Amino acid sequence: MSKENDILEEITSSDYKYGFTTDIETDVAPAGLNEDTVRFISAKKKEPLWMLEWRLEAFKIWKEMTTPNWQNVHFPEINYQDIIYYAAPKQKKTVNSLDEIDPELRKTFEKLGISLDEQKRLTGVAVDAVIDSVSIATTFKSKLAELGIIFCSMSEAIEHHPELIRKYLGSVVPVRDNYFTALNSAVFSDGSFCFIPKGVRCPMELSTYFRINTANTGQFERTLIVCEDNSYVSYLEGCTAPMRDENQLHAAVVELVAMDNAHIKYSTVQNWYPGDKEGKGGIYNFVTKRGICLGKKSKISWTQVETGSAITWKYPSVILKGDDSIGEFYSVAVTNNYQQADTGTKMIHIGKNTRSRIVSKGISAGKSQNSYRGLVQVMKRADNARNFSQCDSLLLGNKCGAHTFPYLEVENPNAQVEHEATTSKIGEDQIFYCNQRGISTEDAVALIVNGYAKEVLNQLPMEFAVEAQKLLAISLEGSVG
Amino acid sequence: MGLLKIENLTASIGDKEILKGINLTVNPGEVHAIMGPNGSGKSTLASVLAGREDYEVTGGSVTFQDVDLLELSPEDRAREGVFLAFQYPVEIPGVTTINFLKTAVNEVRKYRGEEPLDAVSFLKMMKEKSKLVEIDQALLSRSLNEGFSGGEKKRNEIFQMAMLEPKLAILDETDSGLDIDALRIVANGVNKLKTPNNATIVVTHYQRLLDYIVPDFVHVLWNGRIVKSGTKELALELEEKGYDWVKAETALA
Repeated sequence: MSKENDILEEITSSDYKYGFTTDIETDVAPAGLNEDTVRFISAKKKEPLWMLEWRLEAFKIWKEMTTPNWQNVHFPEINYQDIIYYAAPKQKKTVNSLDEIDPELRKTFEKLGISLDEQKRLTGVAVDAVIDSVSIATTFKSKLAELGIIFCSMSEAIEHHPELIRKYLGSVVPVRDNYFTALNSAVFSDGSFCFIPKGVRCPMELSTYFRINTANTGQFERTLIVCEDNSYVSYLEGCTAPMRDENQLHAAVVELVAMDNAHIKYSTVQNWYPGDKEGKGGIYNFVTKRGICLGKKSKISWTQVETGSAITWKYPSVILKGDDSIGEFYSVAVTNNYQQADTGTKMIHIGKNTRSRIVSKGISAGKSQNSYRGLVQVMKRADNARNFSQCDSLLLGNKCGAHTFPYLEVENPNAQVEHEATTSKIGEDQIFYCNQRGISTEDAVALIVNGYAKEVLNQLPMEFAVEAQKLLAISLEGSVG
Repeated sequence: MGLLKIENLTASIGDKEILKGINLTVNPGEVHAIMGPNGSGKSTLASVLAGREDYEVTGGSVTFQDVDLLELSPEDRAREGVFLAFQYPVEIPGVTTINFLKTAVNEVRKYRGEEPLDAVSFLKMMKEKSKLVEIDQALLSRSLNEGFSGGEKKRNEIFQMAMLEPKLAILDETDSGLDIDALRIVANGVNKLKTPNNATIVVTHYQRLLDYIVPDFVHVLWNGRIVKSGTKELALELEEKGYDWVKAETALA
């Protein structure tokens, strides 16, 4: 028994690969948050008045709210006056071509495995690269524009597509949804906007890569994806941050809108700095993600692989408003050392014949705490709504915790709601069996964990699935002993 | 020079001594059967050779091709060519037998300084070996042992043995839970894999399996010691007279 734990402990302690910082000149706002901060950000971004007013209203709402405390994570109170709300790498005011990007920034992304060079980039993926508060480059923009697809930074979208932004921003996640959405709405600095017009199937993966660089900065990005009738997009976000002793706040808002027959596939590989082995430092990842299946037969799928962050707190959700719409949530959440995760989903069935599927795989190692929290709500008129939930927990060692909080609220007698849950440990028998076939304990754990998470990993776009598999193994290195 | 040389091996679990001085030499090309009543230490011997850490080796030595086997980690023993067919093969959900074996085969190759097999060669090898041990290809794309019948699990063990081409195979009660057809298929597989350069230790409770895998030597393990060795006739004698006969003889000695 104890030996098994020794093995588990050994395997989950490797180092974070993306912990470097980039030395670039940065344009930063003074730390602290008040109305002037909001004005400063809006001015920096040369925003129209309506946007500033929207932000100020959000700020007013935020001031009246308090930090929620129902979640199963613990952290010291955040002093919002210590945070820098705007940091941007200094570069030429407008970058007309990708060649004009600061070589230091370019190098940073190369180091992260993200090439901003369209020629070098694998075909099939367009990237929007965001560092600290601003988007620095979006690749394949013109190629996508030929199809009528808009893929740009949020700042550009506010400038060039105000009618779309005014229509959809905050339409899925209202400003006052929660404490962090109000905060984000007041101070968000950039993010990605993506619009797929009627009948267009986006021919490449769209992807945003988020990087926090500057110390003491919070990152508050905003992503909005709108898919018109009969369109399709697959979108992926990735993120990393330097290793720092202080905690940094990341409070993003993501909104998805799917019209009739539209299909949005949203994948996340989250690898923010998780803090060191003693639990010092790391990102607080407090994110609100929600999609609405507005149209008939529309579909929204969330897939997330969460390995980083000191604290992860997010529930990518789907509002199933259109009849026959489908919501999916596939999640692998790994916690190691002192990481905490409280993550899951909400599936709100409003339309008739709506279906949702939840597959959550939690993996806890070290002294971490991993919670699944999910709500399945079936409204009165949602005839024949169906849900299937599968929540599995895998424990490595005996100092970590796994928790499941499923909530079911069913108001329609025709609804079929199924929930299955399992908890298991990686057995000494399984590891020995692998050993006996010539596989080392570390590789055995990676094999077993990837097998366990397979159903979710299979949902990821091919090239990212391989990355995610490696990431899972790295995150758990040193956890088995 | 023997392939495997066990001298005065003693081992215990907790405070309980289970192996009380085992001596055994196995040469290339030989098949040894180790028989004995329940609790005599047969499975312990198999586990100790494979390196299961539940057991503590308290004395003696095990030499495998001039290497001190007891000094090696379980994975290195496997890479040196020691294979254990498990009595109770474990299930690994989400990992197909193909994927599992690809990892294992390439680990062993790496250890021997060989290049990993490419996908085409690996699949070709798999096809040949699956034919040899009469295992359904479809089974191999399923999660390892998950939902397999007892017979399928054992057949899968022999298939893995075929893929890994060990120098020494230890079959731990491979016959348990098998009907006569499955038993014949498993035994045929083992016989086909036999070469002048490898050796097999068959650990079994019953003589039944030895009708199909004919041993060169039979050893009776009782109370942690090999108390009687002989040829295949010994197995028949045991079948006829039971173990009490050996026990009585040992008590007298």
